[in-house]
Amino acid sequence: MGGLTVPGVPMRFPVPMETGHGEEGGWHTPSLEDFEFVGGFGGPDWVNKPFIQAVLAAVIVIVLWLLASRRLKVVPGKLQFLNEYFYNFIRNGVALEVLGQHDFRRYVPYLVGLFSFIWVNNLMGLFPLLMFPTFSNIGYAWGLVILTYVIYNVAGVARHGMKYFKNSLLPAGVPWPLWFVIIPIEFLSNFVIRPLTLGLRLFGNLLAGHLVVLVFVTGGAYLLFQADGVINKVAGGASLVFSFAIFALELLVSSLQAYIFTVLTAQYVASSLAEDH
Amino acid sequence: METTGPIIEGSLNLIGYGLAVIGSGIGVGLIFASVIQGTARQPEARGAMMGTAWIGFAVVEALAILALAFSFVL
Repeated sequence: MGGLTVPGVPMRFPVPMETGHGEEGGWHTPSLEDFEFVGGFGGPDWVNKPFIQAVLAAVIVIVLWLLASRRLKVVPGKLQFLNEYFYNFIRNGVALEVLGQHDFRRYVPYLVGLFSFIWVNNLMGLFPLLMFPTFSNIGYAWGLVILTYVIYNVAGVARHGMKYFKNSLLPAGVPWPLWFVIIPIEFLSNFVIRPLTLGLRLFGNLLAGHLVVLVFVTGGAYLLFQADGVINKVAGGASLVFSFAIFALELLVSSLQAYIFTVLTAQYVASSLAEDH
Repeated sequence: METTGPIIEGSLNLIGYGLAVIGSGIGVGLIFASVIQGTARQPEARGAMMGTAWIGFAVVEALAILALAFSFVL
């Protein structure tokens, strides 16, 4: 069957069924190679599919929110109601709840933008034609993590000055012999593990999800179309049908990860703004 | 010596990953078990509990995700 390509659009159809890879002469197991894209859009090598998707997502988010914020009415129409629902979901459900009445307003734009951007990118992993979650390439996750890292540290320093580092390294009321233990642990937790897990969580969930989808879809398609025997064909068909359940799970995970990234960002900003640890 | 029988191939990392995931699996289970119990006792507090539960879920799940990353890297 080979790799199906749409003319003009250099994308890999997500069914890699090159036969004769191993001695078994059959199915090419989905692996990390399926997450590598090199060029393909006429530009340099780094202008690849995830890059185009990230740019596309940014454009989609900006355009949608610009359209949504034009001609606002006091009594909202259907579309405005939908937009306000999403906006309020982040504004009240995340920003207000986590950051509190006093200083949530300043961070609402970033949180709304962050949520929309991650969500759109994650949904691209389920969207036909694109079918690749951008953040399963870890570099894109690190980009967002650096932004969040800078924002919550700068927020802390701007609020407390150098006292911010004392606040975040040393919980109040710790006797001094314990400082030698507490300070390295707190440093590791606040300045190393936090951004590390923030990025890895987003990346890992999408990578794992996409791998599972690949296994079910390509495995099912291979068994159904290429393998011989009735049992194989039945199993392949069942696997393809079951992949819909996997897609539903992926829909949940994609949305959840966008939400969690946003909540954790808000949480980190809140903890650096807090008076004491 | 000639080997007979099936040969097991693949990465040993995956076994370690499986072992590592047991912990966070139990952890995530405990979190949502508590949410269900709490909702049964006080249904109106569900929203507040879910918000905290997702954060806790994310923190616990981070261990599994770290294991996934290390199983690829190491």
